Amino acid sequence: MKLLNLEGYSIKKNVHSYRQGDLLIAHDVNSGSLHVLDEATFNVLKAMEDLQESGEDITTEGIIAVFERIKKSAPLEKELFEILEELEELRQEGTLFAMESEGITPNYPERPIVKAICLHVAHDCNLRCAYCFAGTGAFGGCRTLMSFETGRRGIDFVLESSGHRDHCEVDFFGGEPLLNFGVVKDLVAYGRKAAAAKGKTIKFTMTTNGVLLTDKIQEFLEQEEISVVLSLDGRPEVHDRMRPHADGRGSYAEITPRIKKFVSKRSNSSPYAVGTYYYVRGTYTHFNLDFDRDVLHMADLGIKQISVEPVVAGPRDDYAFKDGDLDKIRESYDRLGEELIARRGQESDFNFFHFNVALDQGPCLIKRLSGCGAGHEYVAISPEGDLYPCHQFVGQEAYKMGSLYDEEPHSLRSELVQDFRSAHVFAKSSCRECWARFACSGGCHAANVSFTRKLTEVYTLGCELQKKRLEVALYVKIHEGLQAMSL
Amino acid sequence: MAKHIQTIVKANLGATAKTGGCGKCQTSCQSACKTSCTVGNQVCVK
Repeated sequence: MKLLNLEGYSIKKNVHSYRQGDLLIAHDVNSGSLHVLDEATFNVLKAMEDLQESGEDITTEGIIAVFERIKKSAPLEKELFEILEELEELRQEGTLFAMESEGITPNYPERPIVKAICLHVAHDCNLRCAYCFAGTGAFGGCRTLMSFETGRRGIDFVLESSGHRDHCEVDFFGGEPLLNFGVVKDLVAYGRKAAAAKGKTIKFTMTTNGVLLTDKIQEFLEQEEISVVLSLDGRPEVHDRMRPHADGRGSYAEITPRIKKFVSKRSNSSPYAVGTYYYVRGTYTHFNLDFDRDVLHMADLGIKQISVEPVVAGPRDDYAFKDGDLDKIRESYDRLGEELIARRGQESDFNFFHFNVALDQGPCLIKRLSGCGAGHEYVAISPEGDLYPCHQFVGQEAYKMGSLYDEEPHSLRSELVQDFRSAHVFAKSSCRECWARFACSGGCHAANVSFTRKLTEVYTLGCELQKKRLEVALYVKIHEGLQAMSL
Repeated sequence: MAKHIQTIVKANLGATAKTGGCGKCQTSCQSACKTSCTVGNQVCVK
């Protein structure tokens, strides 16, 4: 007997069903809905997927045959019909087997609306982090600081290029931006005034290693409501191995008290980076595949908003991930998810950035398709005033989009704008078939280019890590949902 | 109440293709170095 009309629909591509911890989960990719299944339903769904993948019709006989083939006992007929009925109800409701919206592509105005800039106020750093993509601060060039004049032009650029958008973003980045604190301070004052004159507001953010995070600077960041990302890798030995000073001294002992003090002032920081927030972020490498212990170390320091992310490295780097590391990394995410659930509601509670997914309030499909906006909504500006698609491309001549000192700085190189706009999820063949496509939005352009030389081909290790993080994130989300339902 | 399936989140992402795209959301960063906000971790400001 033929069941459920799923013609032209691929279960494998559009429903991700998997086992995580104590749960069997089905994530409906096109609607974004999330379901918990019992064992029999999970197996029936998997059998349906198998039938489709082998080109067979989905029938009760077919489902039972799949169970026999994998030597599992099939549900009784009554139970099987109950399950199929429930699946059909969800299909009709649109929360399972939802069809993919067709013909959706991001639609942009001809002239890019740049609403965010990354100001590289310092191409210099007081640390020598081994994995630094910026060549320990200098981005392959000279160690230099941005002048106020260049920063001012950058702010004018974003206020002008953002068109009718009221909210602009300016990120102070480096190197280490606090090496140029005087200019940062002046630019914040200038930016506030210049934005107000245009009826706009600027949200300022900063990424810092914390070495210069003195009380005075902390006060300034508080007063000006600047969101801050602070770098800390976790346990002292892990941090100091990768993040030493130029003379080889570790930096953990120096920065940790400063970071602790700063984050204690922002106890209401949003895990979704809304308002004035902080995040303490680290990088894990081949040397700390048990990075869950680093996250917990930070949580035990009283840090509530934590992000620890995989290093992006060349194959010859000793800290690069090796064959066989992936399973250990997955286990770390598994352990971290369990620990996070166990600590929910306790004093030791914390948020892990990659486990935060706002399923029911998340971004719209168009945003999910278009990704980060590098090269057309967001640009990075070098200390010399050169424009690049994002901070990761700074210093790469082929990606230079213009200069703030050009006669018409707003005319970004059109072929690059087009290339970045076109590199959306549906332009990447492997993304089109991937269940995680609307959560990762095709990954990081810079990582993709670095590994494949193309904007439209993906960095596959990054994909595997993204998928694992998302699986655990959904699992955590479900546990939170179940906990709320039981209250 | 369903016996075999428990729905935790009912969403309708497809509908946002028609209602979304205002571009007012924060810029997001997909790279490993920034954590400014990754698309999947973002909330809609609308």
